[in-house]
Amino acid sequence: MAAQETAEPAVAGRAGAQVTRKPPARARQRGDRTPWLYLAPALVVLGGLLVYPIYQLGLISLFRYTQAQVSGGEPTTFRGLGNYAELFGDPEFWQVLLATVVFAAACVVSTLAVGCALAVLLTRVRALPRLALMLAALGAWATPAITGSTVWLFLFDPDFGPVNRVLGLGDHSWTYGRYSAFFLVLLEVVWCSFPFVMVTVYAGIRAVPEEVLEAAALDGASQWRIWRSVLAPMLRPILVVVTIQSVIWDFKVFTQIYVMTNGGGIAGQNLVLNVYAYQKAFASSEYSLGSAIGVVMLLILLVITLVYLRLLRRRGEEL
Amino acid sequence: MAAEGSALLIAVVVAFPLYWMVLSAFKPAGEIESGEPRPWTLAPSLESFRRVFEQREFGRYFLNSLVVAGSVVIASALIAFLAATAVTRFRFRFRTTLLIMFLVAQMVPVEALTIPLFFLMRDFGQLNTLGALILPHIAFSLPFAIWMLRGFVKAVPEALEEAAYLDGASRSRFLWQILFPLVLPGLVATSVFSFISAWNDFLFAKSFIISDTSQSTLPMALLVFYKPEEPDWGGVMAASTVMTIPVLIFFVLVQRRLVSGLGGAVKD
Repeated sequence: MAAQETAEPAVAGRAGAQVTRKPPARARQRGDRTPWLYLAPALVVLGGLLVYPIYQLGLISLFRYTQAQVSGGEPTTFRGLGNYAELFGDPEFWQVLLATVVFAAACVVSTLAVGCALAVLLTRVRALPRLALMLAALGAWATPAITGSTVWLFLFDPDFGPVNRVLGLGDHSWTYGRYSAFFLVLLEVVWCSFPFVMVTVYAGIRAVPEEVLEAAALDGASQWRIWRSVLAPMLRPILVVVTIQSVIWDFKVFTQIYVMTNGGGIAGQNLVLNVYAYQKAFASSEYSLGSAIGVVMLLILLVITLVYLRLLRRRGEEL
Repeated sequence: MAAEGSALLIAVVVAFPLYWMVLSAFKPAGEIESGEPRPWTLAPSLESFRRVFEQREFGRYFLNSLVVAGSVVIASALIAFLAATAVTRFRFRFRTTLLIMFLVAQMVPVEALTIPLFFLMRDFGQLNTLGALILPHIAFSLPFAIWMLRGFVKAVPEALEEAAYLDGASRSRFLWQILFPLVLPGLVATSVFSFISAWNDFLFAKSFIISDTSQSTLPMALLVFYKPEEPDWGGVMAASTVMTIPVLIFFVLVQRRLVSGLGGAVKD
């Protein structure tokens, strides 16, 4: 039902935003407490389990907080920005940060490319191949991150996996090298996250009027040209959403890296920020350093969010 | 046609890891470790599944996972429904601020909150309980659920609400007996996301369930068979299969609603 209306904001978004909406019926009673009553459970849960932990995270990052303090052996001492100074002075941190950004970017670009290409492909095939591809994608989507990780490891296992056998690679180990290990994780991440992009973009394309696409095809536009000049602009709202979601998901990948590279790869060569923070906090009991890494991640994602909000605002969309 | 052929081929490639998982779960141990991987098996066996279920507490882990994911789905659906109704059908001060906060909240890297949540759960005596897994996941799935449900609540015409009140319906009657059933499809789509986030959870189970392993969940059970140095692939694949099947069933059941739900959510 809603799928048919998907492209509407792209077509009518700007004009629609100008029309002042009639406020909902109940709104006329000023000082009405009902909305706050409805919001109360959500605000309590979010306040207690999201906002407060964020505050705590910031706080811990300013103190010296290691195993000694947790067990009460030593008093917690205020360090100010000392943890951050320590973190930023550590070349490993910068290396992990760079790896995280590059890895996430590679995952996002690959996921979007595969997802969009297959969404277009879905619109061009008959019902049976479409159903087959849709079901296969739903299966990949439904697979829990941890089982996906073990299955892909098994597929690429040097001794018992089918991939090396088919490619004639002998007992080449994919997880040994830094880049091949990252590449293997990337394949798994793309496999389990392209379905979201494919299904969403497909729903969007279906909502584009047939005539528009037919007209473009009649004018002799190539598939790529149709995508670039007709579909992509119309699907912009959808593309923005799936891009942002992919950025958030891929920036925070934890399970895949942790399981597939056994906690961050040989000598930490495959660490990303999340796993790095976890290792610092729970393996080395450096809770304050782990928290400082968490704050850095939080700030990076906050910047991305603000850019996203600005994009939404510039299009004049009403929240 | 080229397009038809490539669609089918891609479907096969995408489905292959899952096929390999199920196939390997049914292969006898000798075949898995033969170093001659074949895409079929001549002697399907339940050996690996037996090993998985003989693993102490595997059934318990499975049940725990169901309890965690089930509680998260139900709680976040109800809470998100109320909140989505508030922000779509009422105008009040701070409404836009709240919406922006819900949007920003989606971006919070929950993994970064493991440390403060660990101390919070410890202080409230929730470590080693399922509550330590349920509560945070409710909070993390709420912002996205509210954001997604907004479109569905908005789509219910206001005239319907006026009519209900004219007919003498109370506000809570309208809320639960008229609005709730109408946005149920949206709730189903939303629940897919909260189900997955809770069912997949590995980090919190690893960090918050430290001494009482009877309170652990499936991802932890899987790791019993997966030792990086010497993995029991048959066991890993059988446990993975058991872990994936409930999600697959859930997906197939809600598949159509999911697709339309995504359309609805993205609309805004």
